[in-house]
Amino acid sequence: MIYADNAATTKMSEAAFNTMTSVMNEIWGNPSSLYAHGQKAKDVLENSREEIARLIGADPREIVFTSGGSEADNQAILSAAETGRKKGKTHIVSSAFEHHAVLHTLQRLEKEGFSVTLLDVHENGIVLPEEVEAAVREDTCLVTIMYANNEIGTIQPIKEIGEICRKKSVIFHTDAVQAIGHIPVNVKDDNIDMLSASAHKFHGPKGVGFLYVRKGISLTNLIEGGAQERGYRAGTENVPGIAAMATALKESISKTDENRCRLAAARDRLIEGLRQIPHSALNGDAENRLPGNVNFCFEGIEGESLLLLLDDKGICASSGSACTSGSLDPSHVLLAIGRVHDVAHGSMRLSLGEDITEEQVDYIIKSVKEVVDHLRGFSPIWRDLISGKRKFIL
Amino acid sequence: MALYSEKVMEHFRNPRNVGVIDDANGIGEVGNAKCGDIMKMYLKIEDGIVKDVKFETFGCGSAIASSSMATELIKGKPVKEVKEITNKSVAEALDGLPAHKMHCSVLAEEAIAAALEDYEKRTGNKT
Ligand SMILES: Cc1ncc(COP(=O)(O)O)c(C=O)c1O
Ligand SMILES: [Zn+2]
Repeated sequence: MIYADNAATTKMSEAAFNTMTSVMNEIWGNPSSLYAHGQKAKDVLENSREEIARLIGADPREIVFTSGGSEADNQAILSAAETGRKKGKTHIVSSAFEHHAVLHTLQRLEKEGFSVTLLDVHENGIVLPEEVEAAVREDTCLVTIMYANNEIGTIQPIKEIGEICRKKSVIFHTDAVQAIGHIPVNVKDDNIDMLSASAHKFHGPKGVGFLYVRKGISLTNLIEGGAQERGYRAGTENVPGIAAMATALKESISKTDENRCRLAAARDRLIEGLRQIPHSALNGDAENRLPGNVNFCFEGIEGESLLLLLDDKGICASSGSACTSGSLDPSHVLLAIGRVHDVAHGSMRLSLGEDITEEQVDYIIKSVKEVVDHLRGFSPIWRDLISGKRKFIL
Repeated sequence: MALYSEKVMEHFRNPRNVGVIDDANGIGEVGNAKCGDIMKMYLKIEDGIVKDVKFETFGCGSAIASSSMATELIKGKPVKEVKEITNKSVAEALDGLPAHKMHCSVLAEEAIAAALEDYEKRTGNKT
């Protein structure tokens, strides 16, 4: 099996797995308990916090553990909105292709009277800092722009956007779920006020993540209860998961440079190969993109059938077609970069793992070509395209 | 559990009756590219019987398998029986479809109906 869906989730690393099981087995006390067995768990928790803080350039007190990226996004946005509301600031700037954890939270706030500006991400899938600057108003309480997009992998000018927000004294949150552990991220250098991360995207376990919150920014908690996480997130901590997340992040970051080069080379080979398929197009900027992300549209075919046939060939991929999302609309990300419905239905995302080989890349290229040819062979749209009844878009 | 039944996957992997009929006397195309599934059905009807049927489909696994199964269900059948075929009978013949995929099988029923309507128009024959 070639697992090329690492943007969906990753396999836990051996080191993270070992940390998790040994903490579960040996240090299973409650960190809030007074006796030594509990305090040992507390140490694991706080050491993990220190490690994670160090890895992203933060202070340990600026890290709040959550159940993952979605919760971190929700808490960050709702907190900034709460702060804004108290000052009469109810405007938020974001982008059209954020993850639903962000977009749906913003929609909820709109129902409560907030106004939201979703910035254009342009054909290349990149937000322009000057457009962020122009969108920020007197009553803006938050700018939230993702670090890297989960579907098309485009990396945003976070440092520049952060600088603008500092200058304008607006809180800047970034969903860095796809970026952390894959490209260098430093909250201080990047002028970030709040950042969301999720362990399962960097070879840690599922159901655990963290929110970085710069000192001085107030948090609203989503879960009421005990005083865990300094009162910002109630509930007995997921100590094994958090410890494994720290191990995974340390390992991912220590290998970032080495992996990035290898992955980018594999990615570019894959892109070159897939470009040979007529009437296809890469989605998103070719340069400013995550090292493992490849996202294509193929005209005349539908994404789900492409994925199913690739699965038969042992390749795990994903698509932004309507029939894979369970709605009639294809991915909002592809629509945001200007792909029309007809073409967006024929999309495929391959997110490569660090262990990908050149042979595997070549096998993927060959397989995708075969499957696209097969599906075009009995597609009424393709027939209309090649007979001239319908105009090619790609 | 897999997304689709073995039967669906078998028809999806090896769709029956794909292609076009050059001298078809009933052609129906339904769906649109915007919603993600298009089905085109070609019928050759002689003496009130579906002598030949072919299809082309742009769509998901469910849409392709439904088209394939629908053509099997109507090939060689009297038009009267063909008219009784519904998306439910197509889905049942496929050992079921996931609930959110039933709409793709509706296209098969609609494509047959559209092709029969086209046949009536072309030939003046009532079906
Ligand atoms: C960009 C982005 N944000 C948020 C999330 C949600 O993370 P989690 O699954 O940990 O809740 C994901 C993962 O699907 C993501 O890719
Ligand atoms: Zn469908």
